[in-house]
Amino acid sequence: MKTKNAAAGKSPPHDSAVLHATGEARYIDDIPLPANALHAAIGISQCAHAEFKTNLAPVRASPGVVAVAAAADIPGKNEIAPVRPGDPLFAEKTVHYAGQCIFAVAAADEKSARRAAQKAKITYREKPAVLTMEDALRKKSFLIPEKDFFRLRRGDAKKEITRAPHRLRGEVRCGAQEHFYLEGQAAAALPQEGGDMLIYSSTQHPAEIQKLAADVLGIAMHNVVVQTRRIGGGFGGKETQAALAACAAAVLAQKTGRAVKLRLPRAEDFAVTGKRHPFLGKYLAGFDKNGKILGAQITLAADCGMSADLSHAIIRRAVLHAHNAYYYPAADITGIPCKTNKASNTAFRGFGGPQGMLLAEKMITDIARFLGRDALAVRRANFIADGQRTPYGQIVHKPPLADIAGALARNASYAAKKKAAEKFNKENKTRKRGVALTPVKFGISFTTKFLNQAGALLQIYRDGTVALNHGGTEMGQGLFIKIAQIAASVFGVPLDCIRCQPTNTARVPNASATAASSGADLNGMAAQNAAMQLRARIAATAARHWKCAADTIVFSEGTLRCGKRAMSFAQAADIAHRARVSLSAAGFYRTPKIHFDEKTARGSPFYYFACGAALVCCEINLHTGEHRLLSADILHETGSSINPAMDLGQIEGGFAQGWGWLSCEEICRNEKGALTTTGPATYKIPTAGDMPPHFRVRLWKKPNAAKTVLRSKAVGEPPLMLALAGWCALADAIHSANGDAKNLNAPATPEQVLSTLPELN
Amino acid sequence: MRVQMTVNGKAVSGEVAPETLLAQFLRENLRLTGTHIGCDTSQCGACVVLCGGKSVKSCTMLAAQAEGADITTIEGMESPGGELHPLQEAFRQNHGLQCGFCTPGMVMSAADLLRQNPSPSEEEIRHWLEGNICRCTGYHNIVKAVQAVAAAK
Ligand code: FES
Ligand code: FES
Repeated sequence: MKTKNAAAGKSPPHDSAVLHATGEARYIDDIPLPANALHAAIGISQCAHAEFKTNLAPVRASPGVVAVAAAADIPGKNEIAPVRPGDPLFAEKTVHYAGQCIFAVAAADEKSARRAAQKAKITYREKPAVLTMEDALRKKSFLIPEKDFFRLRRGDAKKEITRAPHRLRGEVRCGAQEHFYLEGQAAAALPQEGGDMLIYSSTQHPAEIQKLAADVLGIAMHNVVVQTRRIGGGFGGKETQAALAACAAAVLAQKTGRAVKLRLPRAEDFAVTGKRHPFLGKYLAGFDKNGKILGAQITLAADCGMSADLSHAIIRRAVLHAHNAYYYPAADITGIPCKTNKASNTAFRGFGGPQGMLLAEKMITDIARFLGRDALAVRRANFIADGQRTPYGQIVHKPPLADIAGALARNASYAAKKKAAEKFNKENKTRKRGVALTPVKFGISFTTKFLNQAGALLQIYRDGTVALNHGGTEMGQGLFIKIAQIAASVFGVPLDCIRCQPTNTARVPNASATAASSGADLNGMAAQNAAMQLRARIAATAARHWKCAADTIVFSEGTLRCGKRAMSFAQAADIAHRARVSLSAAGFYRTPKIHFDEKTARGSPFYYFACGAALVCCEINLHTGEHRLLSADILHETGSSINPAMDLGQIEGGFAQGWGWLSCEEICRNEKGALTTTGPATYKIPTAGDMPPHFRVRLWKKPNAAKTVLRSKAVGEPPLMLALAGWCALADAIHSANGDAKNLNAPATPEQVLSTLPELN
Repeated sequence: MRVQMTVNGKAVSGEVAPETLLAQFLRENLRLTGTHIGCDTSQCGACVVLCGGKSVKSCTMLAAQAEGADITTIEGMESPGGELHPLQEAFRQNHGLQCGFCTPGMVMSAADLLRQNPSPSEEEIRHWLEGNICRCTGYHNIVKAVQAVAAAK
């Protein structure tokens, strides 16, 4: 059997586009709840590290309050950590960061709940707190013993560096980044008969909410159903961090027997949840006269906050990406997990990759400047080539790095832009321009092997319509429309014949988080697998009906054809049903070939790499340090794109978010460790006016050599790191102003840029 | 206290506490949940509605201040026949939305821009939309969507 006129490869709008545009789309806060539903609020710690005592009587006595829950009220386990324990739902005896949740209260309405939460009497006995990475490094405050740090070694880096013609040392730090999903953390828990619990959660990982809520409530996983139709942005911030709202609501719902909704106000959302890990990266590099790196010693210290959360996996990815697109013949790279009294830092688009790659790009830029060579030439000299191995031993097959960088440099006129900037810089005393072209090579797969699996459930109804469930969550990335396109392509039916159902733990069990850019790769394959099973069954039924061979049947435009005979897909479904053929199939997929030994830091953890490059021009004002992007040209790999419009959207949005991380998003705290940036009034993310006037994204569409779904490539995270070109362009402009580009850190706020510039007179 | 106003062409009224925000009144009393709350500090723009045709952040305005006013929310943008407003259609076609949470506010802001300035330049669009935050799209397609409607006028 064959399919013609496939829906894949076209650009239909987002599956919820009309619902979004009309305001009809329901987010957690919009879901109608029973009339007696309660609203919850939480009480949080004001201290970064302290023993505490609570008096919650005033909370209980506050008008409208129905129930209060603290650690002692949890029937099951007081633990909502994803991997290693250390994240209690409600703090017990000791708080480990300012913002840590101590209790929750349910009241008749949101206002009463929030007002009541403020009335708690909490007394603290403060303990010494570790508030900076420097402090943690000094005090050796680490999550694990030093001997267990993740360390990746190839050859004798020290010897190669000593022997190299040139050596350079440098460091770069990057700050935390708040996810700022527009829909804040929110959940609603609805008690069901027999002690069961239904939870609507704004989460990227419903299956984990199910597990954690079951543990917290002291019931089994099959007593909990978690449903997520869509989330108003996630970016990693709702991978583990969604558990607090969901589990607190569930505890209160169980306690009161009434539905409970918990939506964090923005300032609490900022205070309570983890952010992107700040990093301090240091390198010592040895290289030849062309800038070719011969050996690199690198340490990447990460500010993990008060617990492990996903930090070890994040640091692992940072270490595995500290070579970005380059070949290091000898390398010694160590990740240092610093433990501090802050919210546990967590997944954020790129998952450590951006921080590792920032170090690589910083090192290359420093080397180029040291040698007085063009940075792009130095990059080219170091590109990892076909058949070479990454520092962890994975062979890289035909990486398109040189091709993409070459095409981009040509089409977006790298040389001309460099020249124009030089001319501008000669003519202008108070403004300088910089240009940079940087590559991205990002490994695709969860580095934790077992997570690389997915399930789907496909059901065809008698009218020929299809209900599709898979384990992925829709957070705006267009996952649902892509997977509908994949299924429609198998059946040869119009797209509106397929309906993606809300993600629900009762339909597809044990799904991994929608993370690591894997959403379409994993769930798309599982859905395709289910669809193929059903297509084979329907074809066999039609073949019996027509007395022809099943493999001569063509599925196209909602019709089955065999020679001159034809029937609609709906007819075929009805015939199959009458013939007692099952029209429901579970699909499954596990990524082949990947393996990784954490102890030796060796293996092939990635099924493939996604590459791209960006060419960015910027301008800085030497009086104020203010800067703006003049242009950004991007060429990025998507394989055979399933939906080019969605992929372009991911690239544009990823670049913007990366640029925010590198240029303007600055998390600040007071000396007590409490956030002073608690919302958009003080924390600046890019707005429409911050994007470059010239912003052009092109797709590099060569089919994926790895056998991915329809030979596409993952596109969620990699584009974020394209923004490194902007940061390198800033460094270039600073250098042109005779500034100290080597001391530029991220975010490169105007203050930060100004600090690297010489005094103007 | 009692408030009365016109919302999406219909006379409505409700009993509210004096400190009730217009956003809350719309969402909770009228269950018009297309007006979103993305912050509590009047920066994100997810809650923008039209008040007498002018865009306002409904979280900065008390319900009482809207007494007697003519309010349009995202739910009131479709034609009576159920056709999408040109801006809604343009956001859909130009992929000016991802998670969709910012979309209603963007559409309402853009509607006011085009009312005041039917053919804004790209720069004017970007400047106008600076009070509306989008974390997903990078704004490219949002600006394109507004331009598409401006060009069609
Ligand atoms: S909710 Fe009104 S501006 Fe953010
Ligand atoms: S589409 Fe998600 S915030 Fe704009």
